Amino acid sequence: MADLTKSILTLREKKAIVEKGGGEAAIEKQVAMGKLTARERIQAILDKNSFHETDMFVKHDGRDFGMDKKEFAADGVVTGTGTIGGAPVCIYAQDFTVAGGSLGLQHARKITKVMDIALKMKCPVIGINDSGGARIQEGVSALAGYGEIFYRNTIASGVIPQLSLILGPCAGGAVYSPALTDFVFVVEGISKMFITGPNVIKTVLGEDISMEDLGGARVHAEITGNAHFYALNEEECFEQVKNLLKFIPWNNQQKAPAVKAKEPKTKLNIEEIVPSDPKQPYDVRDVIRCIVDDSDFLEIQELWAANIVIGFGRMGGETVGFVANQPMVLAGVLDCDSADKAARFIRFCDSFNIPIVTLEDMPGYLPGVDQEHAGVIRHGAKVLYAYSEATVPKVTVILRKAYGGGYIAMNSRHLGADFMFAWPTAEIAVMGPDGAANIIFRKEIMEAEDQEAMRQEKVNEYIEKFANPYVAASKGFVDTVIEPKETRTQILHALKLSALKEECRPERKHGLPPF
Amino acid sequence: MEKIDKKYVDFSVMAGTYKTRLTKKFSNRPQWNKPEPGDVLSNLPGTIIQIKVKVGEKVEAGQLLLIHEAMKMLNRVVAPVSGIVTDINVNVGDKIGKNHLMIKIVENEK
Repeated sequence: MADLTKSILTLREKKAIVEKGGGEAAIEKQVAMGKLTARERIQAILDKNSFHETDMFVKHDGRDFGMDKKEFAADGVVTGTGTIGGAPVCIYAQDFTVAGGSLGLQHARKITKVMDIALKMKCPVIGINDSGGARIQEGVSALAGYGEIFYRNTIASGVIPQLSLILGPCAGGAVYSPALTDFVFVVEGISKMFITGPNVIKTVLGEDISMEDLGGARVHAEITGNAHFYALNEEECFEQVKNLLKFIPWNNQQKAPAVKAKEPKTKLNIEEIVPSDPKQPYDVRDVIRCIVDDSDFLEIQELWAANIVIGFGRMGGETVGFVANQPMVLAGVLDCDSADKAARFIRFCDSFNIPIVTLEDMPGYLPGVDQEHAGVIRHGAKVLYAYSEATVPKVTVILRKAYGGGYIAMNSRHLGADFMFAWPTAEIAVMGPDGAANIIFRKEIMEAEDQEAMRQEKVNEYIEKFANPYVAASKGFVDTVIEPKETRTQILHALKLSALKEECRPERKHGLPPF
Repeated sequence: MEKIDKKYVDFSVMAGTYKTRLTKKFSNRPQWNKPEPGDVLSNLPGTIIQIKVKVGEKVEAGQLLLIHEAMKMLNRVVAPVSGIVTDINVNVGDKIGKNHLMIKIVENEK
């Protein structure tokens, strides 16, 4: 008996030492930066008392540069399992207070162990990144560690949701694990993410740039598009994580958890949002709010490529992914960034059994040398690929403009849309009336006495004839022309009908999307 | 919301003009200029190690102009065209960025 008590006490002592992380001074520094500790972060995300830590006693195997005499609590990363809303998740949090959260082989193997569990048990994995980078003293072993993580990120991709929280530095090779995951969360003033940091840039170029300006939260949320969610503090970030997890399934064999259906609660009138003049802007998110349950729309990558809107809402209690052109920003054009943004989201929805609703109002692709030279052709092709490839239910509503290549790209019937609706204000045509009239009636306009009057006449003639949904409807490319206020019920019916949708594809190892 | 110009501006796409906001990225996009065949630009950030030509010198296409150390490599920068070196905008030891105009050559008339 006495022995058992003693051994239990020894265990408790050992655990207490590890739980102190890098010690008081290091924790104080962490707190001063506005950061929680690794264990506090995990507690804040998981259900109360649900965290089960694994590998507390793992030791690093660095032998050189005096490393053999150093001990690092939990080897600088807290790993384990727990629950969120009662459902299991795997989680790890790098501990910056221990050797700067630096990654050595054993540190990495702790991470890959929980990733393996997540993949086997089919539950999401949440990674909290807060690390100075590779543990240089371990040399190539540290690189091996990163590689083993990247490999698992890739194998788990499309099988289980993977979330990355950047709650501190995440530099060099370390950035590629988040980049391979599905959702990246950043926090103002805390997240710092880059391949080469300000020091290297200063040495090579002599250019002075702060970490914040180079790879701070705002930069990744707005300019690079690496981040999906941007928060002002860690607490807000954890709420975003929990909110997102309510919308998505735990793995690719399940559907997202359904909740009780609710009517939209917005006071907005869907008939008054979209101006009839196709040249006037509006916020397409207002249309979404008129359609989704409780008017609750979770926007993703809100700040980056804002000319397209993506995110989750529910309809009839079930999760739906929305892709919508945003006429308020850059007239809602497709360009390199918005194509990347939409395509990746469509593929997430398709991987995780989430139906896609597309709201279309766009004049075409963004013209310009910079776009052409940046490869708008191969970027734009990703949208075509992602929509065509997707076998989840696909519903499109054309609100207003659907011109040219944009009409085809935005989940047209021709790319396999299951249901095509158009509002009576829809203009489905090979190009906008001005451009089309200039080409078709070039001769008439040139020969007219009053060219401008003739041009206007011909533009009007074109609008009359083609800038409507009825030409496409006459060919069956649009199934139904609907009133705006019918939009929700029509989509609900379409989704209900698609509940058991099956669509086969030829067998292949994998397709070749234009990466 | 993205940091965008608050007011709506006219924006042309395919012969149609729309009222919309612009993104910061779009407003800051670089202007395209036709490249001069004799402009020798750095294609990587790095350091000038050696300069092998002088202003006024006649050079042949393919002739070594300078050594530019970048990404741990001593890169041999050669003349893209035959002509006269009219400008050398770098000195040995200079740290330069990407697309820095290092040397200007006025091409021989064909």
